[in-house]
Amino acid sequence: MDNNKNWIDQRFPLTKVWNEHLAEYYTPRNFNFWYFFGSLAILVLVIQLITGIFLTMHFKPEAGLAFDSVEYIMRDVDWGWLIRYMHSTGASAFFVVVYLHMYRALIYGSYKAPRELIWIIGMVIYIALMAEAFMGYVLPWGQMSYWGAQVIISLFGSVPVIGPDLLVWILGDYAVGDAALNRFFSLHVIAMPLILVVLVFLHIVALHTVGSNNPDGIEIKKNKDKNGIPKDGIPFHPYYSVKDIVGVVVFLMIFSAVIFFAPALNGYFLEHANFVEANPLKTPEHIAPLWYLTPFYSVLRAIPPMFGSQFPGVLAMFAALLIFFALPWLDRSKVKSIRYRSLPYKIALGIFVVSFVWLGYLGMQPVTPMNAFLARVFTATYFGFFILMPWFTSIGQTKPVPERLTGV
Amino acid sequence: MKNIKIFTAFILVLFGANVIAASSNVKLESANTDISDYDSLKRGAKHFMNYCSGCHSIELMRYNRIGQDLGMSEDEVVSDLLYAGSKPGEKMKSAISTSASTKWFGGTPPDLSLTSRSRGVDWIYSYLKGFYPDAKRTFGVNNHVLANASMPDVLWSLRQSKSAEAFDQDVRDITNFLDYVGEPAKLVRVDLGIKVMLFLAVLLVLSYLLKKEYWKDVKYGKWKAK
Repeated sequence: MDNNKNWIDQRFPLTKVWNEHLAEYYTPRNFNFWYFFGSLAILVLVIQLITGIFLTMHFKPEAGLAFDSVEYIMRDVDWGWLIRYMHSTGASAFFVVVYLHMYRALIYGSYKAPRELIWIIGMVIYIALMAEAFMGYVLPWGQMSYWGAQVIISLFGSVPVIGPDLLVWILGDYAVGDAALNRFFSLHVIAMPLILVVLVFLHIVALHTVGSNNPDGIEIKKNKDKNGIPKDGIPFHPYYSVKDIVGVVVFLMIFSAVIFFAPALNGYFLEHANFVEANPLKTPEHIAPLWYLTPFYSVLRAIPPMFGSQFPGVLAMFAALLIFFALPWLDRSKVKSIRYRSLPYKIALGIFVVSFVWLGYLGMQPVTPMNAFLARVFTATYFGFFILMPWFTSIGQTKPVPERLTGV
Repeated sequence: MKNIKIFTAFILVLFGANVIAASSNVKLESANTDISDYDSLKRGAKHFMNYCSGCHSIELMRYNRIGQDLGMSEDEVVSDLLYAGSKPGEKMKSAISTSASTKWFGGTPPDLSLTSRSRGVDWIYSYLKGFYPDAKRTFGVNNHVLANASMPDVLWSLRQSKSAEAFDQDVRDITNFLDYVGEPAKLVRVDLGIKVMLFLAVLLVLSYLLKKEYWKDVKYGKWKAK
């Protein structure tokens, strides 16, 4: 065995990689509940890749066949229903864990220096994931696939001057149809997964370069023993690998409960209207994207058309997404963790979370005067969180940050 | 711990509220179907063939698949379900031709393979029970659930020949059958799910004990905070 290891190590840095990233990667010893979601996101990515490979074996990316081929998978392919439900539930699960992972970064200030690049790569992953999920949702070619694509893609048509040409270029046709289905399939199964895997790799390399943040927001590398090991650090493996297994099992229990007992989750994970084949002549009475895109859909609808164009709404929607990139530089606070932040920050974060959840809820609802009003209020508070951040992070009394980690 | 409580409350609020916009304001009756009741499914299949399949296809289903799933022999499938001239391995098409249906109803009656998934079982149950006399309509009936439906009240003979409870059971059987047709995997997935959950529960206990064993060090041993 040792001989084998030597043979490989002379040709590939196996032991070095193992030590640097697992056995001698020193991690703060006080990770709590919020630190499960990074490893869970990797788990879901793997689930999506593997189930996706098997779905691709049976799916037909052709407008006349796609819908029936999904039902063929559900009925005639051995274990096809399980693979398909794992994939459809996995899509939503991905966003559940990613949203919780991002929230963790918000409450413990994990985006602040020196981890700005981890945050930026993470945001690119999030946007790539949205594109991946959106294109995947088009593939079953149900009514909501078709009309959702119609609504989202038509946004590009609102770009001034080049809009109409851009639309035709994206769709390969004048409307959503076979050409669009084919290229979305190609992007969904090859381009985006490849990009996602590379980005996740970069995300982890960047993380392991600076080291993990923790619930206290203290740099453990500032306190090392005589061997150069952080005093508050424990090796990732075996301590966090065994801890993450517990997280994985709990996650799998929730994941399996959805797959086996409520795979459509009352229309949240598989919309009712998507069990009707796409029909370009029949618009559903209510078109809404799946839950993970609805906060941004709400922002889009909250902005009224200006100068006879929807473009301002489209700009606001993209701004709502892109403004996250500026977070590390908008936050002026000296402390990272919510535990030691000032009161104004805590209030602002609370308002932001309420706004985001409400925008998500409103995005699933039909537009009524009351809903439109609420969407505008929450769009204002959403942007307010970012725009006012340099102000509210520099006022108020922060608590003293301890020298060493607390808890555990 | 506090975090977990807040998180749980948040999930409950998010998923507890039913935010699916109702497409109509009609109050639907609960279908109360039980997909594990194979006798009900078999009766529903027979009723479906007798009263529905003349006009409605369930093209995503094959005759012999129903036989396999519900434990019917090939002979039973042939005698109970099959149309004269079709084979057990065929897809379940309707008897009516497109030209005839267009002439009679003004369109092709929809395929019902996935109706239980797009509309729900309560809708099917309430719709089938929802016919009432209306002289203004071509077939003399209208429907509470789907106003101005162009379908006649095909179950009227059943309704008249039976008690209200027995008729409700017939409608429930048909609904139950369509629920199965919408997702044949439903017959097996719940049972399998219970086994998977039990397995994961055992795994949870073991993985937690493993974690606890390793983490003893963090408090008392080599990695104890110095």
